[in-house]
Amino acid sequence: MKVKLPENVLKPVAALRGGIKVSHNKFTSESETRRIEPPPQVVIPMVQHIGAPCTPLVKAGERVLAGQKIGDTDAYISAPIHASVSGKVKAVAPAVTVGGRHILSVTIENDGLMEYDPSIAPPKVESQKDFIKAVRASGLVGLGGAGFPAHAKLNFPKDVKIDTLIVNAAECEPYITTDYRECIENSWDIVSGIHALIEFFDFKRVVIAVEDNKPEAIKILSSIADTDNERGDRIHLMALKSKYPQGAEKAMIRTVTGRKVPPGKLPADVGCAVMNVGSVAFIARYLKSGRPLISRTITCSGSAIAQPSNIRVPIGTSAKEIVAACGGYAAEPYKIIVGGPMMGFALYDDEVPLTKQNNALLAFASKEKEIKKERACIRCGRCVAACPMSLAPVFIADKLKKDPDPAELNELGAMVCMECGSCAYVCPAGKPLVQSMRRAKDIVREGMKK
Amino acid sequence: MKKLTVTSSPHVKSGATVTGIMLDVLIALLPALIAAVHIFGPRTLLVCAVCIGACLLSEYIAEKIMRKPTTLGDLSAVVTGLLLAFNLPVGIPLWMAAVGSAAAIIVVKQMFGGLGQNFVNPAITGRIILLVSFSQAMTTFAAPRAWVENVNAADVVTTATPLAALSQIDRGGNIAAQLTAGEIPPLSDMFFGYIGGSLGEVCALALLIGGVFLIARRVISPIIPCAFVGTVAVIMLIAGKGDWTFMLYELLSGGLLLGAIFMATDYVTSPVNRLGKLIFGIGCGVITAVIRLFSNLPEGVSYSIMIMNILTPLIEKTTLAKPFGFVKEKKEAA
Repeated sequence: MKVKLPENVLKPVAALRGGIKVSHNKFTSESETRRIEPPPQVVIPMVQHIGAPCTPLVKAGERVLAGQKIGDTDAYISAPIHASVSGKVKAVAPAVTVGGRHILSVTIENDGLMEYDPSIAPPKVESQKDFIKAVRASGLVGLGGAGFPAHAKLNFPKDVKIDTLIVNAAECEPYITTDYRECIENSWDIVSGIHALIEFFDFKRVVIAVEDNKPEAIKILSSIADTDNERGDRIHLMALKSKYPQGAEKAMIRTVTGRKVPPGKLPADVGCAVMNVGSVAFIARYLKSGRPLISRTITCSGSAIAQPSNIRVPIGTSAKEIVAACGGYAAEPYKIIVGGPMMGFALYDDEVPLTKQNNALLAFASKEKEIKKERACIRCGRCVAACPMSLAPVFIADKLKKDPDPAELNELGAMVCMECGSCAYVCPAGKPLVQSMRRAKDIVREGMKK
Repeated sequence: MKKLTVTSSPHVKSGATVTGIMLDVLIALLPALIAAVHIFGPRTLLVCAVCIGACLLSEYIAEKIMRKPTTLGDLSAVVTGLLLAFNLPVGIPLWMAAVGSAAAIIVVKQMFGGLGQNFVNPAITGRIILLVSFSQAMTTFAAPRAWVENVNAADVVTTATPLAALSQIDRGGNIAAQLTAGEIPPLSDMFFGYIGGSLGEVCALALLIGGVFLIARRVISPIIPCAFVGTVAVIMLIAGKGDWTFMLYELLSGGLLLGAIFMATDYVTSPVNRLGKLIFGIGCGVITAVIRLFSNLPEGVSYSIMIMNILTPLIEKTTLAKPFGFVKEKKEAA
């Protein structure tokens, strides 16, 4: 689909290296986000982010209000967790979460009143420090999928100057349309979020990056990019080629600025910050209302879902409830995935609660070209061509098999791998390359400890 | 609810399979096979069948003896068999074809660990083994279309390959004189394949169709064929003192196109990265040209590919891209 882009849309500075063309399958693009009836019960895990787990602040039997903080910790890389409905705490006990781990969780029986915590009020923000504090209090984590605590991301080291904020609306994973809907439905939240960030962090340049297969979003966002004349034209829109994994943080920094984040370094080290478009819009809403992150939009789609749609669900709603809200199963599911089909987690059953960073729930009825007979590697080089991080998965997998030496695996760049799955996608021999990369990373980490 | 399938990401895969790739290569070889039957007669099919059959049988037996799972289904042995047959003259005794096939599969491929592990191309090596063992039979070429008069192609008039005649030219001969004397065929015959030579190498048109098909299907990258043929073209142009006709004769004769499109692009024995492929292709071209111009052998394609096959790990080691962000860190450290 070739679309004529508005004139003020920037072109990428560098092309994405490698990557794959994967069917977008964005069936829910036109499905307007709707709120679902809060479920009778929510299960809220105390880990919904990268970093330290929270300690529950409530006990079984207690009544909690919606938006009330129920988990927190003193650890820096972490984010507080809030009750997503009002009701009685039924249990504080480990529960199975996405990815299969048992994590201490607070189960709340919904009383159906949705009574908000009366102490909720817009935060007083006068300085950058206040801003970061407010973001922490909101419980915001990266909504794009990784779940890195947003306040930690914004707390840049004193000695680095961040000149570019990239607002990531690429949404390169197939099926998922939450960021797209955010752009269309809440464009003014995105604008005011960006303005708030500019106000407190003085970013010289803000680039909203979106893939060019979303013309409607580009149309709306390009008008946003024109609203900041009094600030000296800082906000820009950039249309990226639709290619997976365009939205991966390091790849995106390179396509937008041409800079490469060295291994083990952060975007801040090259003067960049990357935030998901949904996170930016949430910040704007939080500054206005003070309501913490207790619900989020997710895309529920796939061949086994009766009515694929975008829905807004309270955090802690089980996969089963979400499917029920989307017309139930259209067919016996063969596989259920939380997240996108390239990087998401397969579920063992559908009783698992969804958390802050989960942006999609997909259920598939058939094997959909997935299982390939594993054959010998024919060294076709497709994995080398597909790797956005310039790695040679074929050699890393080979090294792993023959002589798993931590130093040499590190030299081959194993630690740079972000597990985007492009290599395994293209492999004609059906090799489990992502697993090989994970194992290689484990071996390097173990080797570094010694 | 029935039990769900739980696997690691990614949960979608491309449709590419090893068998599909091999099938594409076989389809790409089809035009050359049809041309060979037209030019050299039905015995072509017999030679191809013997090579493919012997390759499959050798693979099966070797894997049974080594107690490895049978991998005939990946079709790689069929590709090796057909490519080897394409490198043989039509009159080759069938038992020799079978011996070459067995050597290619058992010695070159299976003894080194099977598909993906061999360090030289099995078909090329099979051809070289036959060439050094039975040089008489391997260099006795039937005249094109001679089978029409005499179906028993093995007994028909034999002919020198244009390449043999050409090798006289770069030692002081003259194309125009040779052309009028009938020592070399006109260029159009070279292009359509009405010349003496191995089964699959003669018809340039058919080989080019196959090459375009493979590139369009993204089975091969155009880098190796272009670099290989381009290098030979440049060197021959210089050697022929700017004579375009001489250069075209060189490009259309011998196994250059067959080698450049189908043998040098073998995944297993060529570099996986693009820069590596470029160097590999140029290397093949240089060695081919040097052998053709300066050695006693009329043909150098097989040797050039085999030599570059051996150099492949070295090329990869030196040309592989640094992982994302690595260069910068090294600079900082320095």
